[in-house]
Order: sequence, then structure tokens, then C-alpha cells
Amino acid sequence: MSAATTSFPNTPEAWDLPSRGKVAMAGLIIAESAIFTIFVVAYLFYLGKSITGPTPSEVLETPIFYTICLLSSSLTIHFAAKCLARSITFAFLGLWLLTITLGGLFLYGTAREWHRLIYDHGLTISTNLFGTTYYSLVGLHAFHVTAGLIMLAIVAVFGLTGRVGVKQSGRIEVLSMYWHFVDAVWVVVFTVVYVLGR
Amino acid sequence: MSSNVITVPVGQIEARPWVDELHQWLTTVDHKRLGILYIVSALLFLVIGGVEALIIRVQLMHSHNNFVSPEVFNRMFTMHGTTMIFFVAMPVLFGFANYLVPLMIGARDMAFPRLNAFSFWLSFLGGLLLYFSFLGGSGLYGAGNAPDVGWWSYAPLGARAFSPGHSSDYWTLALLVSGFGSIGTAINIIATILCLRCPGMKLNRMPLLAWLNLVMAGMVLLAITPLSAAQIMLLIDRYLGGHFFDTQAGGSAVLWMHFFWIFGHPEVYILIIPCFAFMSEIIPVFSRKPIFGYPVMVAATVCIAFVSLSVWAHHMFTIGMSSYANSFFTLTTMVIAVPTGIKIFNWIGTMWGGKIQFKTAMLFSIAFLFQFLIAGLTGVMMACSPFDWQLSLSYFVVAHFHYVIVGGILFALFGAFYYWYPKMTGRMLSERLGRWHFWLFLIGFHLTFDVMHIPGILGMPRRIYTYEPGRGWDTLNLIVSIGAFIQAIAILVFVANLIISYFKGAEAGNDPWDAWTLEWSVSSPPPAYNFATVPTVSSRRPLWDLKHPEDPDSRYE
Repeated sequence: MSAATTSFPNTPEAWDLPSRGKVAMAGLIIAESAIFTIFVVAYLFYLGKSITGPTPSEVLETPIFYTICLLSSSLTIHFAAKCLARSITFAFLGLWLLTITLGGLFLYGTAREWHRLIYDHGLTISTNLFGTTYYSLVGLHAFHVTAGLIMLAIVAVFGLTGRVGVKQSGRIEVLSMYWHFVDAVWVVVFTVVYVLGR
Repeated sequence: MSSNVITVPVGQIEARPWVDELHQWLTTVDHKRLGILYIVSALLFLVIGGVEALIIRVQLMHSHNNFVSPEVFNRMFTMHGTTMIFFVAMPVLFGFANYLVPLMIGARDMAFPRLNAFSFWLSFLGGLLLYFSFLGGSGLYGAGNAPDVGWWSYAPLGARAFSPGHSSDYWTLALLVSGFGSIGTAINIIATILCLRCPGMKLNRMPLLAWLNLVMAGMVLLAITPLSAAQIMLLIDRYLGGHFFDTQAGGSAVLWMHFFWIFGHPEVYILIIPCFAFMSEIIPVFSRKPIFGYPVMVAATVCIAFVSLSVWAHHMFTIGMSSYANSFFTLTTMVIAVPTGIKIFNWIGTMWGGKIQFKTAMLFSIAFLFQFLIAGLTGVMMACSPFDWQLSLSYFVVAHFHYVIVGGILFALFGAFYYWYPKMTGRMLSERLGRWHFWLFLIGFHLTFDVMHIPGILGMPRRIYTYEPGRGWDTLNLIVSIGAFIQAIAILVFVANLIISYFKGAEAGNDPWDAWTLEWSVSSPPPAYNFATVPTVSSRRPLWDLKHPEDPDSRYE
């Protein structure tokens, strides 16, 4: 480097730093992953340790349809963000609303399952260790889905009033990172609760 | 040389009515003001936590004392621990990080100024929530008051049956809320350092303070969150009838310990790494030499961060883990002493052959080196699980971790105060009062915490309310308590110095220490926008390059 003559050179080399939104979302995802890890550890640790019933194998049914809904919403939001980056606003809005619908369907599925567990099987958060850990883990995830849906809905409102364009593409990508994270967490929760846990 | 010298704009400060001034402080999103708010709120809680420590020490001054009731004593040690860790140490370190990181990397503010303000107010209001328990802790049940189950709140003590009323709820919510604040600040620090460095400030040219705070922020993301998760579980247990830590329903009290300590031990490193950062800035400047072994310092820090995530169960040797677990955690705990030793070696290497200036900041730094070494050595002793079986839950442990937190963290912090106060206020702290502060605090510290090891070895358990005479503990405890009061006097001298120097201190100018990092290139205190023109750097010591154009560092990179 020819910096021997200039201590503060006037012309900096190419200076390219990552986007702060993406870095911050990555940070949030790391933090959230640690929180989920603790809840997953608690779930696994207490598997089969409940003193009274019902047990997971007696009452849980694998929510395949709703899982497909949530996982495919990751695809739709991905393509929605792509469309926005290429300023195909109409396709963006369509895919965005589809994402919200799929996310909403998933939440409906969780609600149905909880209704069935509570009213048909009498399993509440205070029934036994399974109830405590199950509702906490699945509830924590559902809470994140809800938070994501609220943010998606806000974008949808702005989109429908014509205020989301290429300019907002970077922010939409940050939001889509969050949504992918919520989906990835469901893969873990699904595996732990419905596959390993039964 | 280039004419692009960083301009030093003179801040136009107009006198405003105090209501406007207050409004400005309450609504500020400026990283420097938020940094000062963090630091001032931490000092406030330091005084409160210090008074609680003094109450504990008066109670233990001699055997069969009843200065306070056992209930109050329990509240005092619980509140002392919680306050000092969550509402003194964390905020004050975040305050310095907030203030210094953008200035050191040539940025105009943090990456997310409003998130920054939000995080500060979460932390601060979390502290107020904790202290509101003195008023609201009784709740509807008329039971309880301030939290009194220890700062670990071990299960089942935190459960409804053993902690009725709302005292534990205030504890839980305060930690949850301030934890979210910490996560917000950590994300902000990471985004600032990775995304807002000025041109030329490559990662391997960043001041070590920025590097170490980056590592600290990463650890916050991984270590504070388990505590938040555990607090959510505790809330579920207490309010929704959950059974996470309810042994009667098959729950496990040991799980709480794991969750608490997987937060608790990295937390120690979250607190000490920013102090390493202070040392890595202060020692080179007052030794008039660049830091020795910069890349190794970074590597050692990352190594410490990594290993510190796998040492937590050394707090739990006495609960009866398997011999494999005991061996694993003994080994990891000893291993972490290696990178820490490398750091101490490098600081001494920096001082070696330097023209050392014994300013107050440097005195505190040198004391830090000695005391942190001793704290680390007792740490290695405790890492041996058989040794720990003998001394766990005794005053030896209390002496050990206070040696880390007071002898290490607090001494480093005092050094940082003396070093950066001129930058923050534009006035020098008095060296004369500084020396009084240093020597009084040093004497008080050693009187208290050196001596405190001995009753621990003689079998005095921690957290006991009082003790029988004739066990050989009386004189020792009296000495410990006297030392505590000497430290309190030293703190008063320090606070007096802060206040008097603010009004009467000598003008600091931009660069009172002839230092090398970017914060010293702007006025003291810096203008709201930090840098009129964003600087460009070409070495680790941009101000050295500026002052010595004939022999810049950048020539050797």
C-alpha cells in the first residue's frame, strides 16, 4: 500500500459493508434460536417424565397439512421478494397475500389442535409436564408466527395502497428472513414434538 | 501529507430552560447521550447496591448480631447481587460501548438510534421495576416484599408455594425486561461495528475496544437469551400452573440450575470482556507503545467467548453430577485460563520497555492486572471439582467472585472513567482526588476480599444471617466489614471527583492523553454528529499517523 505519504488518504478503496438490516435480523435470529433451544431442551428433557397422562403418543396427531402450508409459505414469500426486487408489484402483492393466507391457515391448524387437546383430551398447560412443555414450545412458536403475520399484514396494507415498491425491497428481504426463520423453527419443533417425541 | 485533517467543529451550546434540557435527555437517540444515561443510571444503582452491601457487612460484623432481621438480610443479599450484575455492571459497560464504539470506528451514530434509546429505557425501567417490589411486592397476599430467594432464585424457592406474593414476579419481570434491552443493545452494537465502519477501517484495523465489544455482543445474544427463556418458564409456572421446575409433578430443580448457569457463567465473561477492552486501550497509551500481539488478543477473546459457553456446570459440582460431567467441566474451566493468561501476558508485553506514565487510569489498570490474576488463580482452584466440594457455598467462593467483579471489573471501570471522562465532559478528573480514590479503594478492597477467603476456608457458609462466637470468624469478619467501609469512602471520593471536576476540572482539549484512536480527534465533548467529515483510516492508530506523517503505522501494515 502506498500509504507511506498519506495518513488519511482522500480516495478510499472500494468500501462495501453489509446491510445493517440484514445483520440486525441475523442477530435477532441467533438470539431467538437460543431461546427456542432452551425450550426444546426442556421438552426433550421432560419427555416421558409426566406423572399423569395424557401422553404425547395418546393424544398428538401429526399436522401434516398445516405443516405443508407453513413450509410452502417460505417459498411464496421468497418469490414475492424476488418479484418486488424486479418491481413486478402485482405478482408481489398476490404472493404476499398468499403467504399471509398460508400462515393464517397454519395458525388455524394450531388453534384446532389445541381446541381438540383441551376439550377432547383435557390436556391443559397445568395438567402434566407434557402439557406444560408442549403448550410452551408450540405456543412460543405460534407467538412468533402471529408476530410475523402482523408484520406481513402491515406490509400488505401498505402494498394495497400502492406504497411498496423497489425502494422497500431491502426491508422486505429482512422481513422475509424472519419468516424463513419461523419456518425453520417449525421444522425443529415438528421433528421434536411429532416425530421424536412420540 | 494529505490536507484532509479531521475538522474540529466548535459545538454551539446555548443555554436552554431546564425543562427543555430534560426533554432533550429523555427523548434523545444520540448514542453519546444514551451512553451517559446508561452510565449515570448505573452509578445510581451502584450506590443503592453498595448500601445493601454495607447493610450485609454491618450485620456480619460480629457474632449474634441483629442489626437487621433475617428476612431483611435475605432481601439485602438478593437485591445486592441482582442490582450489581443487571443494573450496574451491564448498563455501565453498555454505556461505555454505546459512547465509544461509534466514535472509535468513525461512525456518526449507532446503526439503530431509536432501538438504542428503547433498549436503554427497557434496562432502566427494569431496574425501577425491581425496586418497586419494596412497595408493591406484598401484593394481594400480604406476603413477601423485595425478592429474598438469592440472585439465582433456585427452584423450588422461586415457586409460588415458597415465594408467595409478588416479590419473585418483580424479580422475574425486571430481569426479563432488562434482558430484552440487553439483546437490543447487543444487536445494535453488532450492526454498528459490522456495517458502519469508516472507509479504511478494516476488521483487522479496528481498535481492540470495538473488537472486544463485538465479541461481547455476540455472547449477549447467546447467553442472555437462555435466562430470558428460563424466566418465561418461571412465569408460566407461577401464573399458568406449569410444572417446569415443580418437583412434585416430576419437574426438575436441577434443570433450572442448568438454565440459570448457562446464562450465569458466560455472563461473567460478558462483563469482563469489555473490561479487557478498556485495558487494551488504556495500557498502550500510558505505556507509549502500541498493543503487543493485536491478532493474538482478538483470537484469545474469541477463544474465551467460545469456551465460556461450555463451563457453566462448574457452579454445580456439589449437586452430584456424573464423574464424566465433573471431569468435562473441570477441564473446560481450566482451559479457559489459557487464553486469559495470554491476554495478561500481552498487556505486560505492552508495558515492557514502555515509558509508563502513572496516571490514575494507569494505576487502576495495573491493579487490575494483579488482582485479576489472583482472581483467576482462585478460579482455577475452584475449577478442581474435589476442591470445590470442600469450599462451594462458602465465603471462599464469595471472595473469589468479588475478586473478579470488584478487583477486576470495577477497577477496570474506574480506569475507564479516568481515561474517558475528559472526552465525555471536556474536563479532566482531578488527579489528586483520583489518587486518594485509588489508594483508599485499593486498601479497602484488599482488606475486605483478601481476608474474606479465610473464613471461607474455615467453613463459614455464604448467605448465613449470623454465626456462633468462638469459631475464629469474628475478627476476620470485623476486618472484612471495616474494609467495606473504606471502599465506601473511596466511592464517595470518586463521586465527589466526578461532580467537582465537572464544574472545576482543567479543560481537557481534544486529546489530553496524546492517544491514537479516532475518538480523540474530535472535540471534547464531541458534537452531536461526531465527525464533520467521515474520516478515512489506513492503520490501527489513525491519530499516530496524523501526528507523525514522517513515520506512519500504515507503512508497516
